[in-house]
Amino acid sequence: MSDQFTTDPTKPAQRMRAGAMILPLSPWIIAAFLLCVMPFIFTNNSAITIMNQMAITIIFALAYNMLLGQGGMLSFGHAVYAGVGGFACMHIINWDGFFSGLPLPILPVFGGLMGMGLATIVGSFSTRKAGTVFAMISLGVGELIAACSVIIVAFFGGEEGISGDRTYGLPFFGVEFLQQIEVYYLIVFWLMLSAILMYLYSRTPMGRMANAVRDNPERAEFLGYSARWVRFYSFVASGFFAGIAGALFAINYEILTEENLNTTQSGIILLVTFLGGVGFFFGPILGAIVFTLVQTVLSLQTELWGFYLGIIFVATVMFFPGGLAGLIMMHVPALRLGKLGHLGVPYLKTLLPAAIGTLGAAALVEMTFHVRHAATGDHEMTLFWTTFDSHSFLPWIIAGVVTFVGFAITRATAPALVEAWNEANTPEGMSR
Amino acid sequence: MRKPIMLGMATALTLTVSAFAVTADTVKIAFIDPLSGPFAGTGVNGLHQYEFAAEELVNKKGGVLDGDMFEIVAFDNKISPKESLIQLQVAIDQGIRYIAQGNSSGVANALTEAIQKHNRRNPDDRVLFLNYSAVDPALTNDKCNFWHFRFDANADIKMDALTDVIAKDEAIEKVYIIGQDYSFGKAVAAAAVRFIGEKRPDIEIVGNELHPIGKVKDFTPYSRKIMASGADAIITGNWGADMLGLGKSVLENGYEGPIFTYYAAADGITAAFGETGEGSLRLVAEGQINPPASDAAAAYYEAFKAKYPDGNISQARITNVIEMLAKAINEAGTATDVIPVAYALEGMEHESLWGGSVKMREVDHQLIQDVHIHAHTGSDVTFDYDNSGFGIRVEETVTMAAMDSETSCQMRRP
Amino acid sequence: MDLILVNLIDGLVTGLLLFMLSAGLTLIFSMMGVLNFAHASFYMLGAYFAFQISIALGFWMGLLLAPLIVGVMGAGVERYGLRRVHQYGHVPELIFTFGLALLIEELVQFVWGKNQMPYEAPEILQFTAFAIAGNSIPAYKIFMIFISVIIFIGLLWVLTRTRVGMIIQAALTYPKTVEALGHNVPLIFMGVFGVGTALAGVAGVIAGPVLGTFPGMAFVLGSIVFVTIVIGGLGSLWGALVASLLIGWMTTFAKAYNLRMEDLLTWIGFTKPEVLWDSAWRDLWTITSPQIADILPYILMVLILIFRPYGLFGKRDA
Repeated sequence: MSDQFTTDPTKPAQRMRAGAMILPLSPWIIAAFLLCVMPFIFTNNSAITIMNQMAITIIFALAYNMLLGQGGMLSFGHAVYAGVGGFACMHIINWDGFFSGLPLPILPVFGGLMGMGLATIVGSFSTRKAGTVFAMISLGVGELIAACSVIIVAFFGGEEGISGDRTYGLPFFGVEFLQQIEVYYLIVFWLMLSAILMYLYSRTPMGRMANAVRDNPERAEFLGYSARWVRFYSFVASGFFAGIAGALFAINYEILTEENLNTTQSGIILLVTFLGGVGFFFGPILGAIVFTLVQTVLSLQTELWGFYLGIIFVATVMFFPGGLAGLIMMHVPALRLGKLGHLGVPYLKTLLPAAIGTLGAAALVEMTFHVRHAATGDHEMTLFWTTFDSHSFLPWIIAGVVTFVGFAITRATAPALVEAWNEANTPEGMSR
Repeated sequence: MRKPIMLGMATALTLTVSAFAVTADTVKIAFIDPLSGPFAGTGVNGLHQYEFAAEELVNKKGGVLDGDMFEIVAFDNKISPKESLIQLQVAIDQGIRYIAQGNSSGVANALTEAIQKHNRRNPDDRVLFLNYSAVDPALTNDKCNFWHFRFDANADIKMDALTDVIAKDEAIEKVYIIGQDYSFGKAVAAAAVRFIGEKRPDIEIVGNELHPIGKVKDFTPYSRKIMASGADAIITGNWGADMLGLGKSVLENGYEGPIFTYYAAADGITAAFGETGEGSLRLVAEGQINPPASDAAAAYYEAFKAKYPDGNISQARITNVIEMLAKAINEAGTATDVIPVAYALEGMEHESLWGGSVKMREVDHQLIQDVHIHAHTGSDVTFDYDNSGFGIRVEETVTMAAMDSETSCQMRRP
Repeated sequence: MDLILVNLIDGLVTGLLLFMLSAGLTLIFSMMGVLNFAHASFYMLGAYFAFQISIALGFWMGLLLAPLIVGVMGAGVERYGLRRVHQYGHVPELIFTFGLALLIEELVQFVWGKNQMPYEAPEILQFTAFAIAGNSIPAYKIFMIFISVIIFIGLLWVLTRTRVGMIIQAALTYPKTVEALGHNVPLIFMGVFGVGTALAGVAGVIAGPVLGTFPGMAFVLGSIVFVTIVIGGLGSLWGALVASLLIGWMTTFAKAYNLRMEDLLTWIGFTKPEVLWDSAWRDLWTITSPQIADILPYILMVLILIFRPYGLFGKRDA
């Protein structure tokens, strides 16, 4: 669903700018196939829980990117649309008379409509201006609604939130959604559906106008389009899909709390989207996958996961503003020239030492943290499957040397990589 | 471009799972609490207490059953209900049958419901929820279930004990109730109003208000209001930074009466109050630290301090959790089937390391135990908190507090 | 009446503290057009550095040195971080400062741990300056007022009366022309960023003992600083002052008096439902002003942005 260049290497990057409603089929089919077989590769429930979380984050991040990437609107309070959608669904689940006649798979529609409704109200005044005004209103409204969650207990349930039981819905072809795996396929269905719809939306004239308004609102106005209404429609559409993500959250976790609404959540989705790359449709998908893995898997390994995430994020903004997707798409010209292979060896020479150096640096960080914060007398620590004494010199020397050598080699081989990069991006027979 | 990512994910997932592959002969207890973020201090200290208790009280004595050892497996829930549910799933997948959690009643509410649903939907790998700290009364009332056991005295029981002390003090005529705006703060306020009305109807409640949780930067306006009301006692359920902010602010503002509270000790708070809190702070809690209840208790605390010089035994009940679980497993003869273990826990009586006996009430799985009123003080403390020279000392004790209290729990047993 | 006076003083302290933060932020914004999300993080760094210095050298050296260190760090961030991101546009700049805020919080936890630090006001200021009707005003608060006023006057003087100030003001509006006249505009930018963050550092040093020095202190104050400068008008020093005081007094009074929504609703003409606990509007009826005190600034900001997007004193659109 994400990449386009594998299907048609002749005109890849321009596709984003092409106006036609085209849906290259093969990436979507591959994606759908992968999503269907994933549970057979990772059979345990926790892997499925993580994949569910990932899928929900993907929908939310794609919805967010309708604003940030396609519309150029920076929102600091987008979690409220997902959250309110989810809360509404939770109330529906708890509404015995109605829910017992409603198949669970239909539920996300209501979440979407609720998110859309809220976005319509807020968007009616927040989208009049773009840029800082929009960002600040989104922050203010986000804070307001998050604060309301503990005040308006009737709807938000206060600090402990509201919970329900998804299995009381009308059985859907005999499926009661007792097991995680059943929920997985429900979420995957909605993931595919929303992703396709959002992709198609970005190809409609409306979606194209959002790009135009992002890049030059004045020119768009001269062409006869109201920049404000274009922003408004993007905002409302984004609210709809955010609401769907919230509804799926409600189905998966069966509980919604204040943390679904607060600014931290809004910040995370911004981080996810930017990390993945706002310039390409599939960027947020990558971001959501990487972020969920870091959050759930890395946090089991190290207490310092937030620290590493912060570094990765700041480094991304500084050096790769295109995010992961941008990094991947950088290679398209070389691919088109058929010279991608020339990059393999230089990459290996530079990136392998860099990775080793990074691991060495991480080891140094972990050891410093251990020496500073572990219980006094607790000198033993385990890192990379080895247990050693963090207060002795040897591990420090090893880690220091690994870091230094790793980065030194990286530094030494970097010019060769740059050379190879330039070479790979130069068509045959042309002088540089 | 998609393949490598999936491959990476595959490796990552297998890593997580294989790193904790279940080995025979250990009874694993999942500790799901915040280990990063603003409440990590409390979580990490709790984890140390669990690890120490498991080691000292079970493993060194030969373990349970045929020498099976206890192992505490830590999971970071970042104090988020959502993360807790993910970690719960991971724990269950690793074959863990016992879940210990305590910080935040919000998380406990989410966990108890999730565990109830899980046990109903997956009869093959049921789990027990050992709640050692979340004191929202609802958990053993309306929201009670067979799988949940609470080892701390709940907010109502504690308030019952607290108001006993208040009722005895003739000097108190006006009380100000202030708390955080959420379930626990509201429960505290409601219980305070109810018990004071029953025990000392002549006491005037001059203020009863809630403030946003964790958002107040400066408590000065509140302390001005408290001063203006002429209150001579304050009751609050605040914890963490909200406790510190409120307490320091009223004391700096010239308030000299007692502050009755639940959580104003350890995790840096005792040190931060220091001299200021002397003579004012009164805490209600189980577990007698000072003076030590017995030589065994003193020796245990000293051993803990030797291992974790910066740590505090701030949740004495953790030893009860570990000892009672061990006893129940021995009694049931199995650690893998939690139903007999749960039945063994029900109604169990136990001599607490910290003095007094405790009983797990069958009807609602609430542990009935001695509740103490402690004073924050710098004199006569054998074991101080935060290495500050200040600690808490027992002033009064209510034995087997609220033994006959009512509960709305209607438990369904398997 | 006495209580009103006391609350006025309390509100003034809160407001002036907010001003010290927002002054730097609004200067930085008017210069570079970027809202620095990490501004409150520099405030936190100020408190932590001052705490560390105060252990070794005492409070006063902390007050002197910590803002300098923070200022140098701020300048470094501008020179090596922001200047690089600037080429990508405004949104990446905002996101960069957002990421920086996350990173600084993690960094602080890495170095100092997660607990609150025992950072105290100096002994010499730990007495009651005076009391009004039994409410004591600590000397430290008077000291805070004093410092903030000095900084405001100093800032105003530098900006309007000195040569450097003139160049800064010129660079605000016509950076190209100023550069053509031979001034080093990037250097000015870096200097302003450094001074702005140093101001935040000062605020951290003096607020740390009162509001607590803990890893969440930046987050707690972070967004309210934005609210302040948006209400005051982006880039306006006077606006920042007025908005800070407004917010300070507004929240203080809302907390100090229990105004009830019930009274307001009945005054408008609604009747209270007989069975309140079952009504969907029950939460609305039971709202009191202290409950919503801290969200009042956000309500005000949203209203201002809708009806007067350039803020109270701003000259141009945000």
